[in-house]
Amino acid sequence: MKKILTFTLNGEKTEVICEPNRSLLDLLRDDLGLTGTKKGCEEAECGACTVLLDGRPVNSCATLAVECEGHDVVTIEGIARNGELHPIQKQFIEKWAFQCGYCTPGMIMSAKALLDHNPHPTETEIREAIEGNLCRCTGYAKIVEAIAAAAAEMNWEAENA
Amino acid sequence: MVLPKFDYLTPATLEEASNLLVELGAGAKVMAGGTDIIPPMRDKVLKADYLIDIKGIPGLDYIEYDEKTGLKIGALTKLYDIQTSEIVRKYNPAVAKAAKYVASTQIRHKGTMVGNICNASPSCDTGPILVAMNAKVTVHGPEKDREIPMGEFFKGVKRNALQPGEIVTGIVIPPLGEGEHAAYIKHAVRKAMDLAIVGVAAWVKMDGNVCVDARICLGAVAITPVRAPSAEKVLIGKELTPEVLAEAGVAAMADCKPISDVRASAEYRHDMVRVFTKRAVRKALEGYKEDLT
Repeated sequence: MKKILTFTLNGEKTEVICEPNRSLLDLLRDDLGLTGTKKGCEEAECGACTVLLDGRPVNSCATLAVECEGHDVVTIEGIARNGELHPIQKQFIEKWAFQCGYCTPGMIMSAKALLDHNPHPTETEIREAIEGNLCRCTGYAKIVEAIAAAAAEMNWEAENA
Repeated sequence: MVLPKFDYLTPATLEEASNLLVELGAGAKVMAGGTDIIPPMRDKVLKADYLIDIKGIPGLDYIEYDEKTGLKIGALTKLYDIQTSEIVRKYNPAVAKAAKYVASTQIRHKGTMVGNICNASPSCDTGPILVAMNAKVTVHGPEKDREIPMGEFFKGVKRNALQPGEIVTGIVIPPLGEGEHAAYIKHAVRKAMDLAIVGVAAWVKMDGNVCVDARICLGAVAITPVRAPSAEKVLIGKELTPEVLAEAGVAAMADCKPISDVRASAEYRHDMVRVFTKRAVRKALEGYKEDLT
């Protein structure tokens, strides 16, 4: 049976009608056109579909859209501020932390969840934060570098604001 | 791939959830985080006509500790919150570590410890430490509430001791008393997103250098997590010298029935039970320090 679903998506109140068997991933990509979130394995293994649900990184392929009723969802499309890329996005470009780019939105969302709660992560903490995100081309060294650089940039901005 | 069709129900109380389960019968499944429900439904290995999402039921997301009853963890408490909880790390770091061994950061931000045991996978990471700790699960039933000792909770591959209409509300883990130590260690190829080849939990009670009581539980080497009574017998009443630990490891090999699969052969698992039983007891005695983060 179709349900009316109301939730906050990238800061805006959103209302959609959907079936219970719609995954959050399919809702975002196919119904709402937010194709920044990638569909990889659909097994909750690869992390390409990572979004933030109430600030927590989750696999949107293993989340039902109807579970989001009343909750807060943030996707890769929602993290730029006033037309400017988020520091994590900027540092991924700066450090060449991607090749094909398919894992990148998920990586960035996992990194954002980390930095939102832990502004000074160790390298181990960065690696653990992206443990559920697979990259099959660049490898992880530059991704870890980019996240560390983004943390440094955000901390510098916070201290000098 | 589209998920098969089902009805999605969101009861507001345990009574309502339990009544729905009774009314709807075997086609109804309880879900919390859903991470062990949604992917297998998509693969058609799990069938459900109704998903009963219990996340809207208040009062089931908690981590509490008191000296008498020990650690209490709610049915909706996420694995990530258990892994990072100061309370869990302080009073039973092995439980925090076991939570952290499950899947990935994303899964642990959605999945619960109660879900991990209800799913009753032979390789589940939180089962062995809960069995070794003699934990109990608290259950809400259509007629009455009850407690199930963890040692009686697992009934087979993906089968648990819950009766129709019953819902697990939480886990109670007895406190680690004077001289008591516990650990859980996992042997897997990758650190994240990998199932255990072997997982071993150990609980020992020491009087000076002498072990006065012990419980060992082995994961991923039988249809459920299983106790290793032969190994326990070796440990009890002895000083835990390297020789005794080695002997306990050998004894534990007789307590499991591993299978060969894509992760490891039965022979290899058998041998790793020997190694990891030894290491788990050693780890319990050493304790946890920096390796918890």
